[in-house]
Amino acid sequence: MIFAFTDEQRELAAILRRFLQDKSPPSEVRRLMQTEEGYDPQTWAQLAGQLGLQGLAIPEKYGGSGAGPVELAVACEEMGRALLCAPYFATAVLAAYALLASGDQAAAEEFLPSLADGTTIATLAVPEDDGAWTTDGLRTRARRSGDGYVLDGRKSFVLDGHIAGLILVVAQADAGPSLFAVQGEGDGLSRRLLETLDMTRKQAVLQLDAVPGRLIGAEGSAADVVARTLRHAAVALAAEQVGGAQRCLDMSVEYAKIRMQFGRAIGSFQAIKHMCADLLLEVESARSAAYYAAWAAEEQSDELPLVASLAKAFCSETYFRAAADNIQIHGGIGFTWEHDAHLYYRRAKSTEVMLGTPEEHREIAAGYLIDRAAEPAPAQR
Amino acid sequence: METTASPVRQEAREWIDENFDSQMSLRAWLERLADSGWAAPRWPAEWYGRGLPPEAATQAYAEFNRVDAPGPPAGLGIMLAAPTIIANASDELKRQFVRAVLVGDHAWCQLFSEPGAGSDLAGLQTRAQRDGDEFVVNGQKVWTSGGQTADYGMLLARTDPDVPKHRGISYFALPMNQPGVEVRPLIQMTGESGFSEVFFSDARVPASAIIGELNGGWAVALSTLSFERTSLGSETGLGFRLTAPGGSRFRQQQEVSVGEFIAAAKASARSFGVGGVAMTAGGIAPLVSLARERGRDTDPVVRQQLVRLYTLASANGWNGQRARAALRAGGRAGPEASLGKLMASRIGRQWRDTASLIAGPQGMLAGRDGLLGGRLAIQALAAPGPSIYGGSDQIQRNIIGERVLGLPREPDPSRTLPFRELKIGTQAPAAEES
Repeated sequence: MIFAFTDEQRELAAILRRFLQDKSPPSEVRRLMQTEEGYDPQTWAQLAGQLGLQGLAIPEKYGGSGAGPVELAVACEEMGRALLCAPYFATAVLAAYALLASGDQAAAEEFLPSLADGTTIATLAVPEDDGAWTTDGLRTRARRSGDGYVLDGRKSFVLDGHIAGLILVVAQADAGPSLFAVQGEGDGLSRRLLETLDMTRKQAVLQLDAVPGRLIGAEGSAADVVARTLRHAAVALAAEQVGGAQRCLDMSVEYAKIRMQFGRAIGSFQAIKHMCADLLLEVESARSAAYYAAWAAEEQSDELPLVASLAKAFCSETYFRAAADNIQIHGGIGFTWEHDAHLYYRRAKSTEVMLGTPEEHREIAAGYLIDRAAEPAPAQR
Repeated sequence: METTASPVRQEAREWIDENFDSQMSLRAWLERLADSGWAAPRWPAEWYGRGLPPEAATQAYAEFNRVDAPGPPAGLGIMLAAPTIIANASDELKRQFVRAVLVGDHAWCQLFSEPGAGSDLAGLQTRAQRDGDEFVVNGQKVWTSGGQTADYGMLLARTDPDVPKHRGISYFALPMNQPGVEVRPLIQMTGESGFSEVFFSDARVPASAIIGELNGGWAVALSTLSFERTSLGSETGLGFRLTAPGGSRFRQQQEVSVGEFIAAAKASARSFGVGGVAMTAGGIAPLVSLARERGRDTDPVVRQQLVRLYTLASANGWNGQRARAALRAGGRAGPEASLGKLMASRIGRQWRDTASLIAGPQGMLAGRDGLLGGRLAIQALAAPGPSIYGGSDQIQRNIIGERVLGLPREPDPSRTLPFRELKIGTQAPAAEES
């Protein structure tokens, strides 16, 4: 039943929130974001060992918990709220779904268990220098070499690409865009950490010079794999954005209750109160959209491609507005380095354009709603 | 896909099989429906309901709609007056009024707003002064929907001007058909007349018609306003697709047979008002068709705005579904339940602006020359309404800010002063002089 969380799902959210309050307080976020690795190996191991979070989307036969998109959304929402610094999105969302979507059983058996148990950090490398999450016009090439392939080119905007042990690289092969597994420490691969607006999630640029790659799935099948992975990733990212947006709203409301000016709390002024009320409407609506999309993914509904993009576009704009308004409501203190507001603002701005801008996602949705409008209206269920 | 019928659905189906008869008069059907509790299944069982939770009621309505069974009259009686009376009034008043709404004897209007008391409703000046077993009412109300056809009005009047404004108001069930009540239609900016001004000159109401306590009307008014917010923000309405005419002025229309009524209702079935459709995700369909006809469906700006409209309308529907799922799970509805009205007015504006973008210069035309049979112009003119009626967007934001987010109230010195001393409505100039 849509929107009806099970006791287990609610429990997952509660446990994870407590865990993150303990392991990822703002002081820890600030410490990790200024390290090169950008995560704490011990916390990462506990996420996998104690909570089994890296395997939420991974079936039990591949060592995961066989939960699903709704649990993943719940987890991402909490991580977004805490601004957890960890390669979770790259490993447990992008790489896990790409391997599953590839339909390559041997690769799934070989790689997924080590993703699920937290021993391998993995990522998916799709964008090149222009940052677009598309398989059209790839300049990275794969050519046959002996029994296998070698890859040449440059991948950029690779989430946690500087630390990943397993990099799933999309490259142009003879039969079309194809997915390859590349070892993080392999010959011919040089990696550089990018300077990023959002320091809490790292990105890298990868230079590939005759790097050996193992073909995942059929040659020429990556366009579909990437498209399917992106839908799930868009839903998980939307949920993460809801978590961040809610935290911004909470910070605003808390501050508006205690900050006194003109002899009264600023939250009693309608100028501030109405901003907060509007934010609540935005955040709750974004949450409904993200949850709805998560259930569409869970039920493998035909409307997933539509609602994943609707949710990503809406949650992106909501998060950014919440993060920006949060700074405004805090006034001068909100513009300082020491206040956490800018950490959320950076994450919001960055995720707004990550995996496609709101405009791009609405254009995807327009394809379903306008160009294929003869089909039954999807939301009438 | 047909799933196994739930117990409620099964019960409704059986009752319909035994009781629904298209030969009987509409009036007789309304009485049977009211007495069975199916007319308003969410109301308490002892007051003509069945005490059903919203989801179950929705399932029951679906069964009635399957056979086009007409429901009780729509309007402020069933939406506001009867729920308010059930929640606040004496059993005697409940007996007098609740069933009369369901069978179509009484139509109601809401006598709240005044020229000097809009958002600051508690500043109302209409006076009700005791005279034996009655109160004598003098003053003026405005924005009264259905004022011309109502049999009773939910009247807020000042019964004690010497205490602070919220504490001297009483809530009456006022008979509208009397010499001291004059109703004058108002024409709104669309050119249509949906509401009126109501003037009271020594109008009379029995003291026994006070809903709640004497001078305790504010709390009762808040319950009415809460029913109003909830229904204005929801996209589902009251449940029955066809509704019977109600109120004493339409009494003779209830003498037709149920079958005749259904046939006539279907023949004259008005297409749904644009405002209503715009609220749901289906609201973009006429605009997509229009964009295609006018070759605007490939314009990237038009496409963005259409998807924005669809997203807002979908999110509003999903907020409602989430609230219902939370209730079903035994929890309380979250804040999303109180957001619908604010969202609804925004969706209306987004519909208007998207339509205007698609229409271009054609947006200057109305009526027979206008697009979508004139509906585009009507919605352009109607869109400012929802952010004002039923508590303006600004008042909704106050409510959300204070009751949901717990932000402090704006300091309001007028809350503690006796009403008589306030600069309010027509008292303001006098107070200025003194």
